[in-house]
Amino acid sequence: MLASVVLVAFIIGPYLWLIISSISSTSELTSVPPHWIPTQPTLAKFQQLITPDITGLSETAQMFKFAMLNSAIVSVTVTVITLVVGALSAYAFARLNFPGRSQILMGIIATRMLPAISTMISLYVVLKKLNLLDTRAGLVALYLSFTLPFAIWILSGFFQTIPKELEEAARIDGTSHLGALFRVVLPLSAPGLVSAGIFIFMAAWDEFFFPLIFTSTYAAKPVPVAISEFAGRHAIDYAAMAAGGVVASIPPVLLAFIFQRYIITGLTSGGVKG
Amino acid sequence: MRDSRWQEYRFAYLLIIPSLVLLSGIILYPILDNFVISLYKYDLTKPWFRPFVALGNYQDLIHNPEFWASVGRAAYFTAASVSLEVILGLAIALFLNMQFPGRGILKTLVILPWAVPTVVSAIMWKWIFDANYGALNGLLLQLGVINQYQAWLTRPITAMNLIVAADVWHQTPFVVFIFLAALTTIPDALYEAARVDGAGALRSFQRITLPLLRPAFLIVFVVRTMEAFRVFDLIYVMTGGGPANATQVVTYYTYVSTFSYLHLGDGAAQSFLVSAFILVLSVAYIKLLGSQVEY
Repeated sequence: MLASVVLVAFIIGPYLWLIISSISSTSELTSVPPHWIPTQPTLAKFQQLITPDITGLSETAQMFKFAMLNSAIVSVTVTVITLVVGALSAYAFARLNFPGRSQILMGIIATRMLPAISTMISLYVVLKKLNLLDTRAGLVALYLSFTLPFAIWILSGFFQTIPKELEEAARIDGTSHLGALFRVVLPLSAPGLVSAGIFIFMAAWDEFFFPLIFTSTYAAKPVPVAISEFAGRHAIDYAAMAAGGVVASIPPVLLAFIFQRYIITGLTSGGVKG
Repeated sequence: MRDSRWQEYRFAYLLIIPSLVLLSGIILYPILDNFVISLYKYDLTKPWFRPFVALGNYQDLIHNPEFWASVGRAAYFTAASVSLEVILGLAIALFLNMQFPGRGILKTLVILPWAVPTVVSAIMWKWIFDANYGALNGLLLQLGVINQYQAWLTRPITAMNLIVAADVWHQTPFVVFIFLAALTTIPDALYEAARVDGAGALRSFQRITLPLLRPAFLIVFVVRTMEAFRVFDLIYVMTGGGPANATQVVTYYTYVSTFSYLHLGDGAAQSFLVSAFILVLSVAYIKLLGSQVEY
Protein backbone atom coordinates (compact mmCIF):
# COMPACT_ATOMS: atom_id res chain seq x y z
CA MET A 1 0.00 0.00 0.00
CA LEU A 2 2.74 2.42 1.01
CA ALA A 3 4.78 1.28 -1.97
CA SER A 4 1.85 2.07 -4.26
CA VAL A 5 1.51 5.57 -2.86
CA VAL A 6 5.24 6.26 -3.23
CA LEU A 7 5.20 4.91 -6.79
CA VAL A 8 2.20 7.02 -7.79
CA ALA A 9 3.79 10.12 -6.25
CA PHE A 10 7.01 9.48 -8.17
CA ILE A 11 5.24 8.91 -11.48
CA ILE A 12 2.52 11.53 -11.32
CA GLY A 13 3.76 14.09 -8.80
CA PRO A 14 6.06 16.11 -11.08
CA TYR A 15 3.63 16.05 -14.00
CA LEU A 16 0.70 16.96 -11.76
CA TRP A 17 2.68 20.03 -10.70
CA LEU A 18 3.06 20.98 -14.36
CA ILE A 19 -0.71 20.71 -14.82
CA ILE A 20 -1.39 22.72 -11.63
CA SER A 21 1.11 25.35 -12.76
CA SER A 22 -0.67 25.64 -16.10
CA ILE A 23 -3.98 26.57 -14.43
CA SER A 24 -2.47 28.85 -11.76
CA SER A 25 -2.04 32.59 -11.90
CA THR A 26 1.49 33.95 -11.94
CA SER A 27 1.10 35.51 -8.50
CA GLU A 28 0.17 32.17 -6.94
CA LEU A 29 3.12 30.43 -8.62
CA THR A 30 5.62 33.06 -7.56
CA SER A 31 4.64 33.21 -3.90
CA VAL A 32 7.03 31.59 -1.44
CA PRO A 33 6.28 28.76 -0.88
CA PRO A 34 4.02 28.30 -3.91
CA HIS A 35 0.29 27.70 -3.57
CA TRP A 36 0.10 23.96 -4.13
CA ILE A 37 -3.60 24.18 -4.90
CA PRO A 38 -4.54 27.32 -6.80
CA THR A 39 -7.26 29.35 -5.11
CA GLN A 40 -8.43 30.69 -8.47
CA PRO A 41 -7.75 28.09 -11.14
CA THR A 42 -7.93 29.51 -14.66
CA LEU A 43 -7.75 28.20 -18.20
CA ALA A 44 -6.60 31.60 -19.47
CA LYS A 45 -3.15 30.36 -20.51
CA PHE A 46 -4.65 27.61 -22.64
CA GLN A 47 -7.01 30.11 -24.24
CA GLN A 48 -4.08 32.37 -25.04
CA LEU A 49 -2.26 29.52 -26.75
CA ILE A 50 -5.10 28.94 -29.21
CA THR A 51 -6.64 32.37 -29.72
CA PRO A 52 -4.98 34.38 -32.49
CA ASP A 53 -3.15 37.64 -31.96
CA ILE A 54 -3.49 38.66 -28.36
CA THR A 55 -1.21 41.59 -27.74
CA GLY A 56 1.32 41.48 -24.95
CA LEU A 57 2.09 37.77 -25.29
CA SER A 58 5.57 36.47 -25.98
CA GLU A 59 6.28 35.43 -29.57
CA THR A 60 6.50 31.81 -28.47
CA ALA A 61 3.01 31.89 -26.96
CA GLN A 62 1.62 33.66 -30.02
CA MET A 63 3.14 31.18 -32.43
CA PHE A 64 2.58 28.05 -30.38
CA LYS A 65 -0.41 26.92 -32.43
CA PHE A 66 1.71 27.04 -35.58
CA ALA A 67 4.32 24.91 -33.86
CA MET A 68 1.59 22.38 -33.01
CA LEU A 69 0.48 22.40 -36.64
CA ASN A 70 4.06 21.93 -37.88
CA SER A 71 4.61 19.06 -35.47
CA ALA A 72 1.35 17.38 -36.45
CA ILE A 73 1.97 17.63 -40.21
CA VAL A 74 5.61 16.55 -39.99
CA SER A 75 4.97 13.67 -37.55
CA VAL A 76 2.03 12.24 -39.49
CA THR A 77 3.85 12.51 -42.84
CA VAL A 78 6.98 10.88 -41.43
CA THR A 79 4.90 8.07 -39.92
CA VAL A 80 3.08 7.29 -43.18
CA ILE A 81 6.18 7.39 -45.39
CA THR A 82 8.23 5.36 -42.91
CA LEU A 83 5.57 2.66 -42.57
CA VAL A 84 5.07 2.24 -46.33
CA VAL A 85 8.73 2.31 -47.36
CA GLY A 86 9.86 0.49 -44.22
CA ALA A 87 7.31 -2.33 -44.48
CA LEU A 88 8.32 -3.15 -48.07
CA SER A 89 12.00 -3.41 -47.10
CA ALA A 90 11.30 -5.21 -43.86
CA TYR A 91 9.35 -7.87 -45.77
CA ALA A 92 12.31 -8.44 -48.08
CA PHE A 93 14.72 -8.72 -45.14
CA ALA A 94 12.43 -11.00 -43.15
CA ARG A 95 11.22 -13.33 -45.90
CA LEU A 96 13.22 -13.24 -49.11
CA ASN A 97 16.64 -14.60 -49.90
CA PHE A 98 18.99 -12.39 -51.82
CA PRO A 99 22.74 -11.76 -51.90
CA GLY A 100 23.85 -9.21 -49.28
CA ARG A 101 20.65 -9.54 -47.24
CA SER A 102 22.13 -9.76 -43.74
CA GLN A 103 25.00 -7.35 -44.49
CA ILE A 104 22.63 -4.63 -45.71
CA LEU A 105 20.30 -5.17 -42.76
CA MET A 106 23.20 -4.99 -40.30
CA GLY A 107 24.41 -1.81 -41.97
CA ILE A 108 20.98 -0.21 -41.66
CA ILE A 109 20.62 -1.19 -37.99
CA ALA A 110 24.17 -0.04 -37.18
CA THR A 111 23.27 3.53 -38.23
CA ARG A 112 21.31 3.73 -34.97
CA MET A 113 24.61 3.96 -33.10
CA LEU A 114 25.64 7.17 -34.85
CA PRO A 115 24.95 10.42 -33.06
CA ALA A 116 22.73 12.71 -35.13
CA ILE A 117 25.40 15.38 -35.16
CA SER A 118 27.62 13.24 -37.39
CA THR A 119 25.29 13.79 -40.35
CA MET A 120 24.26 17.37 -39.65
CA ILE A 121 26.97 19.42 -41.31
CA SER A 122 26.61 17.73 -44.70
CA LEU A 123 22.82 17.64 -44.46
CA TYR A 124 22.83 21.36 -43.73
CA VAL A 125 24.77 22.06 -46.91
CA VAL A 126 22.56 19.75 -49.00
CA LEU A 127 19.28 21.11 -47.64
CA LYS A 128 20.48 24.64 -48.18
CA LYS A 129 21.21 23.85 -51.85
CA LEU A 130 17.75 22.30 -52.23
CA ASN A 131 16.09 25.29 -50.51
CA LEU A 132 14.74 22.97 -47.83
CA LEU A 133 16.09 24.75 -44.76
CA ASP A 134 13.31 25.87 -42.42
CA THR A 135 10.66 23.85 -44.26
CA ARG A 136 8.43 21.00 -43.11
CA ALA A 137 9.51 18.91 -46.12
CA GLY A 138 13.11 19.29 -45.00
CA LEU A 139 12.23 18.10 -41.50
CA VAL A 140 10.39 15.07 -42.93
CA ALA A 141 13.52 14.09 -44.88
CA LEU A 142 15.73 14.55 -41.80
CA TYR A 143 13.45 12.57 -39.48
CA LEU A 144 13.38 9.64 -41.92
CA SER A 145 17.08 9.16 -41.16
CA PHE A 146 16.22 7.78 -37.71
CA THR A 147 12.65 6.49 -38.21
CA LEU A 148 13.35 4.37 -41.29
CA PRO A 149 16.17 2.21 -39.85
CA PHE A 150 14.09 1.76 -36.71
CA ALA A 151 11.00 0.72 -38.70
CA ILE A 152 12.92 -1.75 -40.86
CA TRP A 153 14.40 -3.30 -37.73
CA ILE A 154 11.17 -3.57 -35.75
CA LEU A 155 8.96 -4.63 -38.67
CA SER A 156 11.29 -7.34 -39.96
CA GLY A 157 11.15 -8.73 -36.42
CA PHE A 158 7.36 -8.75 -36.54
CA PHE A 159 7.20 -10.28 -40.02
CA GLN A 160 9.43 -13.15 -38.90
CA THR A 161 6.87 -14.12 -36.27
CA ILE A 162 4.17 -14.73 -38.93
CA PRO A 163 4.15 -18.48 -39.67
CA LYS A 164 5.76 -19.08 -43.05
CA GLU A 165 3.27 -21.88 -43.78
CA LEU A 166 0.41 -19.40 -44.09
CA GLU A 167 2.31 -17.50 -46.73
CA GLU A 168 3.38 -20.66 -48.54
CA ALA A 169 -0.21 -21.85 -48.66
CA ALA A 170 -1.18 -18.60 -50.36
CA ARG A 171 1.78 -18.92 -52.76
CA ILE A 172 0.72 -22.45 -53.73
CA ASP A 173 -2.73 -21.10 -54.47
CA GLY A 174 -1.05 -18.95 -57.08
CA THR A 175 -0.66 -15.67 -55.20
CA SER A 176 2.44 -13.65 -56.04
CA HIS A 177 4.99 -12.54 -53.41
CA LEU A 178 3.40 -9.11 -53.45
CA GLY A 179 -0.07 -10.64 -53.07
CA ALA A 180 1.12 -12.72 -50.13
CA LEU A 181 2.59 -9.61 -48.53
CA PHE A 182 -0.64 -7.66 -48.83
CA ARG A 183 -3.15 -10.45 -48.18
CA VAL A 184 -1.36 -12.55 -45.58
CA VAL A 185 1.62 -10.88 -43.94
CA LEU A 186 0.40 -7.30 -43.55
CA PRO A 187 -3.06 -8.12 -42.10
CA LEU A 188 -1.50 -10.59 -39.66
CA SER A 189 1.10 -8.07 -38.56
CA ALA A 190 -1.40 -5.27 -38.03
CA PRO A 191 -0.51 -5.08 -34.31
CA GLY A 192 3.15 -4.74 -35.27
CA LEU A 193 2.34 -1.99 -37.76
CA VAL A 194 0.27 -0.11 -35.17
CA SER A 195 3.01 -0.36 -32.60
CA ALA A 196 5.72 0.68 -35.08
CA GLY A 197 3.52 3.58 -36.19
CA ILE A 198 3.10 4.81 -32.63
CA PHE A 199 6.82 4.63 -31.94
CA ILE A 200 7.59 6.52 -35.13
CA PHE A 201 4.99 9.20 -34.43
CA MET A 202 6.22 9.64 -30.86
CA ALA A 203 9.86 9.81 -31.94
CA ALA A 204 9.02 12.41 -34.59
CA TRP A 205 6.93 14.42 -32.11
CA ASP A 206 9.81 14.26 -29.60
CA GLU A 207 12.65 15.22 -31.95
CA PHE A 208 14.54 18.30 -30.85
CA PHE A 209 18.12 18.33 -32.18
CA PHE A 210 17.38 18.35 -35.94
CA PRO A 211 14.78 21.15 -35.84
CA LEU A 212 16.95 23.14 -33.42
CA ILE A 213 19.57 23.38 -36.18
CA PHE A 214 17.38 23.25 -39.28
CA THR A 215 14.46 25.56 -38.48
CA SER A 216 14.53 29.26 -37.74
CA THR A 217 10.93 30.50 -38.09
CA TYR A 218 7.45 29.22 -37.36
CA ALA A 219 7.16 28.19 -41.00
CA ALA A 220 8.57 24.87 -39.78
CA LYS A 221 9.52 25.17 -36.09
CA PRO A 222 7.94 22.22 -34.22
CA VAL A 223 6.68 22.00 -30.64
CA PRO A 224 9.86 20.86 -28.83
CA VAL A 225 11.82 23.84 -30.15
CA ALA A 226 8.95 26.21 -29.27
CA ILE A 227 8.80 24.75 -25.74
CA SER A 228 12.54 25.18 -25.25
CA GLU A 229 12.16 28.86 -26.19
CA PHE A 230 9.66 29.38 -23.38
CA ALA A 231 12.36 28.33 -20.94
CA GLY A 232 15.12 30.30 -22.60
CA ARG A 233 13.67 33.76 -21.97
CA HIS A 234 14.78 36.05 -19.21
CA ALA A 235 11.29 36.90 -17.95
CA ILE A 236 9.67 33.49 -18.11
CA ASP A 237 5.88 33.27 -18.07
CA TYR A 238 5.87 30.08 -15.99
CA ALA A 239 2.17 29.41 -16.33
CA ALA A 240 2.25 29.82 -20.12
CA MET A 241 5.28 27.55 -20.34
CA ALA A 242 3.49 24.92 -18.24
CA ALA A 243 0.36 25.21 -20.40
CA GLY A 244 2.48 24.74 -23.52
CA GLY A 245 4.08 21.67 -21.96
CA VAL A 246 0.72 20.16 -21.10
CA VAL A 247 -0.67 20.76 -24.60
CA ALA A 248 2.50 19.38 -26.21
CA SER A 249 2.25 16.16 -24.24
CA ILE A 250 -1.43 15.50 -24.99
CA PRO A 251 -0.91 13.64 -28.31
CA PRO A 252 1.84 11.25 -27.16
CA VAL A 253 0.30 10.67 -23.71
CA LEU A 254 -3.11 9.87 -25.21
CA LEU A 255 -1.53 7.51 -27.74
CA ALA A 256 0.45 5.83 -24.97
CA PHE A 257 -2.60 5.24 -22.79
CA ILE A 258 -4.89 4.11 -25.63
CA PHE A 259 -2.37 1.84 -27.34
CA GLN A 260 -0.43 0.75 -24.27
CA ARG A 261 -0.73 -2.94 -25.15
CA TYR A 262 0.74 -2.37 -28.62
CA ILE A 263 3.56 -0.28 -27.24
CA ILE A 264 4.52 -2.97 -24.76
CA THR A 265 4.45 -5.70 -27.43
CA GLY A 266 6.58 -3.45 -29.60
CA LEU A 267 9.09 -2.79 -26.83
CA THR A 268 9.37 -6.37 -25.81
CA SER A 269 9.06 -8.45 -28.97
CA GLY A 270 9.87 -7.01 -32.36
CA GLY A 271 11.48 -3.84 -31.14
CA VAL A 272 14.17 -5.06 -28.88
CA LYS A 273 14.83 -8.60 -30.03
CA GLY A 274 17.68 -7.25 -32.14
CA MET B 1 13.76 -23.28 -60.36
CA ARG B 2 16.71 -21.04 -61.30
CA ASP B 3 14.20 -18.65 -62.80
CA SER B 4 12.16 -18.37 -59.65
CA ARG B 5 15.30 -17.69 -57.63
CA TRP B 6 16.25 -14.79 -59.89
CA GLN B 7 12.68 -13.59 -59.62
CA GLU B 8 12.97 -13.59 -55.86
CA TYR B 9 16.25 -11.60 -55.98
CA ARG B 10 14.74 -9.08 -58.34
CA PHE B 11 11.61 -8.71 -56.24
CA ALA B 12 13.66 -8.33 -53.05
CA TYR B 13 15.86 -5.60 -54.50
CA LEU B 14 12.78 -3.85 -55.83
CA LEU B 15 11.35 -3.79 -52.32
CA ILE B 16 14.47 -2.46 -50.63
CA ILE B 17 15.44 0.10 -53.28
CA PRO B 18 13.23 2.92 -51.95
CA SER B 19 14.77 2.56 -48.48
CA LEU B 20 18.28 2.27 -49.84
CA VAL B 21 17.92 5.36 -52.01
CA LEU B 22 16.53 7.39 -49.11
CA LEU B 23 19.09 6.16 -46.60
CA SER B 24 21.97 6.72 -49.02
CA GLY B 25 20.91 10.34 -49.33
CA ILE B 26 20.20 11.10 -45.68
CA ILE B 27 22.71 8.85 -43.88
CA LEU B 28 25.37 7.23 -46.04
CA TYR B 29 26.39 10.30 -48.06
CA PRO B 30 26.40 12.69 -45.05
CA ILE B 31 28.47 10.23 -43.01
CA LEU B 32 31.07 9.79 -45.73
CA ASP B 33 31.13 13.52 -46.37
CA ASN B 34 31.49 14.13 -42.64
CA PHE B 35 34.42 11.72 -42.52
CA VAL B 36 36.12 13.67 -45.30
CA ILE B 37 35.46 16.91 -43.38
CA SER B 38 37.03 15.35 -40.28
CA LEU B 39 40.31 14.99 -42.22
CA TYR B 40 40.60 18.76 -42.78
CA LYS B 41 41.22 21.68 -40.48
CA TYR B 42 37.99 23.39 -41.45
CA ASP B 43 36.81 26.49 -39.59
CA LEU B 44 33.88 28.40 -41.02
CA THR B 45 35.41 31.52 -39.50
CA LYS B 46 38.33 31.05 -41.93
CA PRO B 47 36.75 29.25 -44.91
CA TRP B 48 39.59 30.21 -47.26
CA PHE B 49 42.11 28.26 -45.18
CA ARG B 50 41.30 24.56 -45.29
CA PRO B 51 44.42 22.38 -45.05
CA PHE B 52 44.28 18.59 -45.24
CA VAL B 53 45.48 17.24 -41.88
CA ALA B 54 44.65 13.52 -42.27
CA LEU B 55 44.01 12.22 -38.74
CA GLY B 56 45.31 15.45 -37.20
CA ASN B 57 41.93 16.44 -35.78
CA TYR B 58 41.64 13.07 -34.06
CA GLN B 59 45.16 13.43 -32.65
CA ASP B 60 44.34 16.91 -31.37
CA LEU B 61 41.22 15.59 -29.67
CA ILE B 62 43.09 12.77 -27.97
CA HIS B 63 45.35 15.40 -26.41
CA ASN B 64 42.51 17.81 -25.63
CA PRO B 65 41.68 17.77 -21.90
CA GLU B 66 38.42 19.68 -22.46
CA PHE B 67 37.19 16.95 -24.79
CA TRP B 68 38.07 14.22 -22.30
CA ALA B 69 36.41 16.17 -19.50
CA SER B 70 33.20 16.23 -21.56
CA VAL B 71 33.53 12.50 -22.25
CA GLY B 72 33.99 11.99 -18.51
CA ARG B 73 30.81 13.96 -17.79
CA ALA B 74 28.87 11.89 -20.31
CA ALA B 75 30.29 8.73 -18.72
CA TYR B 76 29.24 9.94 -15.27
CA PHE B 77 25.78 10.85 -16.52
CA THR B 78 25.44 7.46 -18.22
CA ALA B 79 26.70 5.43 -15.27
CA ALA B 80 24.54 7.29 -12.76
CA SER B 81 21.31 7.40 -14.76
CA VAL B 82 21.52 3.89 -16.23
CA SER B 83 22.32 2.23 -12.91
CA LEU B 84 19.56 4.14 -11.10
CA GLU B 85 17.11 3.32 -13.90
CA VAL B 86 18.00 -0.37 -13.78
CA ILE B 87 17.70 -0.62 -9.99
CA LEU B 88 14.51 1.40 -9.79
CA GLY B 89 13.05 -0.19 -12.93
CA LEU B 90 13.70 -3.69 -11.63
CA ALA B 91 12.20 -2.86 -8.23
CA ILE B 92 9.06 -1.38 -9.81
CA ALA B 93 8.74 -4.32 -12.23
CA LEU B 94 9.03 -6.85 -9.37
CA PHE B 95 6.44 -4.88 -7.44
CA LEU B 96 4.02 -4.68 -10.37
CA ASN B 97 4.49 -8.39 -11.00
CA MET B 98 2.85 -9.14 -7.64
CA GLN B 99 -0.90 -9.47 -7.15
CA PHE B 100 -2.51 -6.59 -5.28
CA PRO B 101 -5.55 -4.33 -5.65
CA GLY B 102 -4.94 -1.38 -7.95
CA ARG B 103 -2.14 -3.14 -9.85
CA GLY B 104 -3.88 -2.67 -13.21
CA ILE B 105 -4.19 1.09 -12.77
CA LEU B 106 -0.57 1.38 -11.64
CA LYS B 107 0.64 -0.58 -14.66
CA THR B 108 -1.26 1.82 -16.90
CA LEU B 109 0.03 4.93 -15.13
CA VAL B 110 3.66 3.86 -15.20
CA ILE B 111 3.90 4.71 -18.91
CA LEU B 112 3.19 8.42 -18.32
CA PRO B 113 6.74 9.76 -17.77
CA TRP B 114 8.00 7.91 -20.83
CA ALA B 115 5.19 9.32 -23.01
CA VAL B 116 5.81 12.93 -22.01
CA PRO B 117 8.08 14.50 -24.67
CA THR B 118 11.71 14.86 -23.56
CA VAL B 119 11.73 18.63 -23.90
CA VAL B 120 8.50 18.94 -21.90
CA SER B 121 10.04 16.79 -19.20
CA ALA B 122 13.09 19.06 -19.30
CA ILE B 123 11.15 22.32 -18.83
CA MET B 124 9.03 20.63 -16.16
CA TRP B 125 12.10 19.70 -14.09
CA LYS B 126 13.77 23.03 -14.76
CA TRP B 127 10.65 24.68 -13.35
CA ILE B 128 10.57 22.33 -10.34
CA PHE B 129 14.26 23.03 -9.59
CA ASP B 130 13.86 26.79 -10.17
CA ALA B 131 15.96 28.87 -7.75
CA ASN B 132 13.31 31.53 -7.06
CA TYR B 133 9.92 29.84 -7.33
CA GLY B 134 10.63 26.11 -7.76
CA ALA B 135 8.47 23.41 -6.20
CA LEU B 136 11.51 21.56 -4.81
CA ASN B 137 12.55 24.65 -2.86
CA GLY B 138 8.96 25.21 -1.66
CA LEU B 139 8.58 21.60 -0.55
CA LEU B 140 11.94 21.35 1.22
CA LEU B 141 11.34 24.69 2.95
CA GLN B 142 7.94 23.57 4.22
CA LEU B 143 9.42 20.28 5.42
CA GLY B 144 12.15 22.21 7.22
CA VAL B 145 14.98 20.54 5.29
CA ILE B 146 16.34 23.88 4.06
CA ASN B 147 15.86 27.29 5.61
CA GLN B 148 16.20 29.30 2.41
CA TYR B 149 15.72 28.71 -1.31
CA GLN B 150 18.67 27.10 -3.10
CA ALA B 151 19.98 27.64 -6.65
CA TRP B 152 19.99 23.94 -7.53
CA LEU B 153 20.79 24.16 -11.23
CA THR B 154 23.47 26.82 -11.02
CA ARG B 155 25.71 24.88 -8.63
CA PRO B 156 28.06 22.41 -10.34
CA ILE B 157 27.53 19.46 -7.98
CA THR B 158 23.75 19.54 -7.81
CA ALA B 159 23.19 20.51 -11.44
CA MET B 160 24.50 17.28 -12.98
CA ASN B 161 22.80 15.05 -10.42
CA LEU B 162 19.46 16.76 -10.84
CA ILE B 163 19.66 16.28 -14.61
CA VAL B 164 20.28 12.61 -13.84
CA ALA B 165 17.12 12.66 -11.68
CA ALA B 166 15.11 14.15 -14.55
CA ASP B 167 16.40 11.45 -16.90
CA VAL B 168 15.59 8.72 -14.37
CA TRP B 169 12.00 9.96 -14.12
CA HIS B 170 11.63 10.07 -17.90
CA GLN B 171 13.30 6.75 -18.81
CA THR B 172 12.56 4.34 -15.95
CA PRO B 173 9.17 3.27 -17.42
CA PHE B 174 10.98 1.83 -20.45
CA VAL B 175 13.12 -0.30 -18.13
CA VAL B 176 10.03 -1.34 -16.13
CA PHE B 177 8.27 -2.62 -19.25
CA ILE B 178 11.26 -4.63 -20.47
CA PHE B 179 11.68 -6.29 -17.05
CA LEU B 180 7.95 -6.79 -16.55
CA ALA B 181 7.65 -8.58 -19.89
CA ALA B 182 10.60 -10.81 -19.03
CA LEU B 183 9.18 -11.56 -15.56
CA THR B 184 5.83 -12.72 -16.94
CA THR B 185 7.61 -15.36 -19.06
CA ILE B 186 9.15 -17.05 -16.00
CA PRO B 187 6.93 -20.05 -15.16
CA ASP B 188 5.53 -20.11 -11.61
CA ALA B 189 6.40 -23.80 -11.46
CA LEU B 190 10.09 -22.88 -11.13
CA TYR B 191 9.42 -20.86 -7.99
CA GLU B 192 7.21 -23.60 -6.55
CA ALA B 193 9.91 -26.20 -7.14
CA ALA B 194 12.42 -23.94 -5.40
CA ARG B 195 10.05 -23.49 -2.46
CA VAL B 196 9.57 -27.27 -2.17
CA ASP B 197 13.36 -27.60 -2.09
CA GLY B 198 13.39 -25.17 0.83
CA ALA B 199 14.78 -22.11 -0.97
CA GLY B 200 13.82 -18.74 0.52
CA ALA B 201 12.60 -15.73 -1.43
CA LEU B 202 16.07 -14.19 -1.68
CA ARG B 203 17.62 -17.41 -2.90
CA SER B 204 15.04 -18.01 -5.58
CA PHE B 205 15.47 -14.38 -6.68
CA GLN B 206 19.22 -14.95 -7.02
CA ARG B 207 18.99 -18.37 -8.60
CA ILE B 208 15.87 -18.09 -10.77
CA THR B 209 14.82 -14.49 -11.38
CA LEU B 210 18.17 -12.81 -11.99
CA PRO B 211 19.60 -15.44 -14.39
CA LEU B 212 16.37 -15.55 -16.41
CA LEU B 213 16.35 -11.76 -16.63
CA ARG B 214 19.77 -11.73 -18.27
CA PRO B 215 18.46 -11.01 -21.81
CA ALA B 216 16.34 -8.18 -20.41
CA PHE B 217 19.39 -6.73 -18.64
CA LEU B 218 21.32 -6.86 -21.90
CA ILE B 219 18.60 -4.98 -23.80
CA VAL B 220 18.21 -2.37 -21.10
CA PHE B 221 21.94 -1.74 -20.74
CA VAL B 222 22.63 -1.50 -24.46
CA VAL B 223 19.65 0.69 -25.36
CA ARG B 224 19.87 2.99 -22.35
CA THR B 225 23.65 3.39 -22.53
CA MET B 226 23.51 4.30 -26.21
CA GLU B 227 20.89 6.93 -25.48
CA ALA B 228 22.31 8.27 -22.22
CA PHE B 229 25.80 8.71 -23.63
CA ARG B 230 24.32 10.96 -26.31
CA VAL B 231 22.15 13.01 -23.93
CA PHE B 232 21.53 16.46 -25.36
CA ASP B 233 17.94 17.74 -25.03
CA LEU B 234 17.87 17.70 -21.21
CA ILE B 235 21.22 19.47 -20.98
CA TYR B 236 20.35 22.07 -23.60
CA VAL B 237 17.08 23.03 -21.90
CA MET B 238 17.97 22.64 -18.22
CA THR B 239 21.48 24.13 -17.96
CA GLY B 240 22.88 24.85 -21.43
CA GLY B 241 26.04 22.99 -20.39
CA GLY B 242 26.58 25.22 -17.34
CA PRO B 243 27.31 26.15 -14.63
CA ALA B 244 30.98 26.60 -15.54
CA ASN B 245 30.74 23.69 -18.01
CA ALA B 246 29.78 21.30 -15.19
CA THR B 247 27.09 19.66 -17.36
CA GLN B 248 28.84 20.00 -20.71
CA VAL B 249 28.63 16.38 -21.87
CA VAL B 250 30.35 15.23 -25.04
CA THR B 251 27.43 15.76 -27.47
CA TYR B 252 26.96 19.25 -26.09
CA TYR B 253 30.68 19.92 -26.47
CA THR B 254 30.48 18.73 -30.08
CA TYR B 255 27.42 20.92 -30.64
CA VAL B 256 29.25 23.97 -29.30
CA SER B 257 32.46 23.33 -31.29
CA THR B 258 30.46 22.75 -34.47
CA PHE B 259 27.68 25.31 -34.33
CA SER B 260 29.04 28.04 -32.05
CA TYR B 261 32.78 28.01 -32.80
CA LEU B 262 32.17 26.62 -36.31
CA HIS B 263 35.14 24.24 -36.06
CA LEU B 264 33.61 21.80 -38.51
CA GLY B 265 36.65 19.53 -38.84
CA ASP B 266 36.99 19.11 -35.06
CA GLY B 267 33.25 18.61 -34.64
CA ALA B 268 33.20 15.91 -37.30
CA ALA B 269 36.11 14.07 -35.68
CA GLN B 270 34.36 14.29 -32.30
CA SER B 271 31.15 12.80 -33.65
CA PHE B 272 33.05 9.77 -34.94
CA LEU B 273 34.88 9.28 -31.67
CA VAL B 274 31.51 9.34 -29.86
CA SER B 275 30.20 6.65 -32.22
CA ALA B 276 33.31 4.60 -31.53
CA PHE B 277 32.78 4.85 -27.76
CA ILE B 278 29.18 3.72 -28.13
CA LEU B 279 30.20 0.82 -30.35
CA VAL B 280 32.87 -0.32 -27.85
CA LEU B 281 30.41 -0.10 -24.94
CA SER B 282 27.74 -2.09 -26.81
CA VAL B 283 30.20 -4.82 -27.77
CA ALA B 284 31.44 -4.96 -24.17
CA TYR B 285 27.90 -5.45 -22.87
CA ILE B 286 27.18 -8.16 -25.40
CA LYS B 287 30.39 -9.98 -24.47
CA LEU B 288 29.63 -9.61 -20.76
CA LEU B 289 25.96 -10.44 -20.70
CA GLY B 290 25.23 -12.07 -24.01
CA SER B 291 27.42 -15.15 -23.71
CA GLN B 292 24.82 -17.30 -22.02
CA VAL B 293 21.69 -15.99 -23.66
CA GLU B 294 19.84 -18.77 -25.37
CA TYR B 295 17.11 -16.78 -27.09
